[in-house]
Amino acid sequence: MSNFAIVPGLAYGSQLALGALGVTLVYGVLRFSNFAHGEIMSFGAMVTILVTWALQARGINLGPLPTALLALPVGIAITIGLCLVTDRLVYRYYRQTKTQPVTYLIVSVGVMFFLGGLIRFIIGPNDQVFNDGTRFIMKASAFKEMTGLNQGLAIKASQSITVVTAVIIVCVLFWFLNKTRAGKSMRAYSDNEDLALLSGINPERVVMITWIITGALACIAGTLYGLDKSYKPFTFLQLLLPIFASAIVGGIGNPFGAIAGGFVIAFSELFVTFAYKKVLAYLLPIGFAPDGLVQLLSTDYKFSVSFMILVIVLLIKPTGLFSGRAL
Amino acid sequence: MSFLIGKEMSAGYGGTDILHSCTIGVEHGEIAVVVGPNGAGKSTAMKAVFGMLPLREGSVLMSDRDITHLKPQDRVRNGMGFVPQNNNVFTSLTVQENLEMGAFIRRDDFSDTLTQVFDLFPVLKEKRSQAAGELSGGQRQQVAVGRALMTQPQVLMLDEPTAGVSPIVMDELFDRIIEIARSGIAILMVEQNAKQALSIADKGYVLVQGSNRYTDTGSALLANPNVRKAFLGG
Repeated sequence: MSNFAIVPGLAYGSQLALGALGVTLVYGVLRFSNFAHGEIMSFGAMVTILVTWALQARGINLGPLPTALLALPVGIAITIGLCLVTDRLVYRYYRQTKTQPVTYLIVSVGVMFFLGGLIRFIIGPNDQVFNDGTRFIMKASAFKEMTGLNQGLAIKASQSITVVTAVIIVCVLFWFLNKTRAGKSMRAYSDNEDLALLSGINPERVVMITWIITGALACIAGTLYGLDKSYKPFTFLQLLLPIFASAIVGGIGNPFGAIAGGFVIAFSELFVTFAYKKVLAYLLPIGFAPDGLVQLLSTDYKFSVSFMILVIVLLIKPTGLFSGRAL
Repeated sequence: MSFLIGKEMSAGYGGTDILHSCTIGVEHGEIAVVVGPNGAGKSTAMKAVFGMLPLREGSVLMSDRDITHLKPQDRVRNGMGFVPQNNNVFTSLTVQENLEMGAFIRRDDFSDTLTQVFDLFPVLKEKRSQAAGELSGGQRQQVAVGRALMTQPQVLMLDEPTAGVSPIVMDELFDRIIEIARSGIAILMVEQNAKQALSIADKGYVLVQGSNRYTDTGSALLANPNVRKAFLGG
């Protein structure tokens, strides 16, 4: 069970958490739902892939770790640039004319389509695998030898990198938001915009810092997802739903909630579509082993799980697990 | 000549004017109170002096300097402190963080000012790590006033500081305000609790329908039979 549910759940949860953090930050500070976030993640991953290929062509690699990690800083820088440029060209106009949040949402959908097209234009719509370096930190057979258990536990390198990176990023982000003057000013601006302006907090600076953090988070999340599974431009459109579900379930506007929500959604998706056949075969006496895969829902319905959880949370506790802004 | 004065201000929120040639001002270390019936334009006059409302006519002078064109944030930088009536604290931040945000425009070490604020409001020191939104109404007001004091302003403007606060806490709040005034800061205050406010005021402005009706010292206004009958309940 750990093989196909817990370990991937941790990795997938970390990826969703990083994505949801970006969404929740933009919602809390800039006060709109950024539907283009999936495509920003895709863009970040794409740039990292291109740089990775350039590095690989020159024979540079990072030994057992994927070369993509070397390319990541460049990817982050360029993604941040993209976010700042988008803000300057698109969102700033709406800030100055003080438009409704719904307008921003539609505008972000426009940005989403534009970015999506641009990405497919640059890298093509096909699958790209760019993970090199060791594939498995722990192979199933090695685990069986080590512990003498019948079942193997396999941990892919990409999964552990995802979790480790996510933990580091989250710690840095929390330190920034809670201990630095700039971070506190962002929280203050998100809490009470008028009072923040009165206190002399510069709104343009807060917006800029928000986009920088969001761009970095999106690039890292997209790259880690691509490393773990594979990079296909179309997947990021579908990923929007679990990411937004994570942010909302955890309490939108609350960074802590985004992380919790990410894991709730990830584990729910995996456990609901998990094939419990083997587990049941193990637990039940012989002869009672089920015939079918014994999934609560077939794998095709994976995305509907996050949708269902979202609907349930909105009906029962709309502010989310950690009481973000009510929607 | 007053330290801070809004002279003959005429302003409104849209088409019609709410203020008609209204004048309110305050000296260093003085407490000036603006009272009047509901809808008299007290809060509007305050907002006009602070710059949150553009003036159609009139001007705002601080130390004889014309600051009518300055934005509110710039007026804060020039020594004005403002405590709004509502939404005057950051509810999700702790008390200490609220005070730190109050001092945001200061680049120097403000720990002395922080100590002063904690001396003035001891309960804030106790609850410094608690989220401001969890505090009681009176304590929240103390956070709001403390936040405005962090910039070491020369004039502190308060919009109905005792709104929604129990009588005992109101007395305490007024005591603190007197202490603040004694340290040299000018206090300009809008108040609904006219009687109590006028009893601590050096100067009182009674506004009716956006213009000055009576202007005198606090005690004189309290003794004035017309003022008593109209606003203080006899």
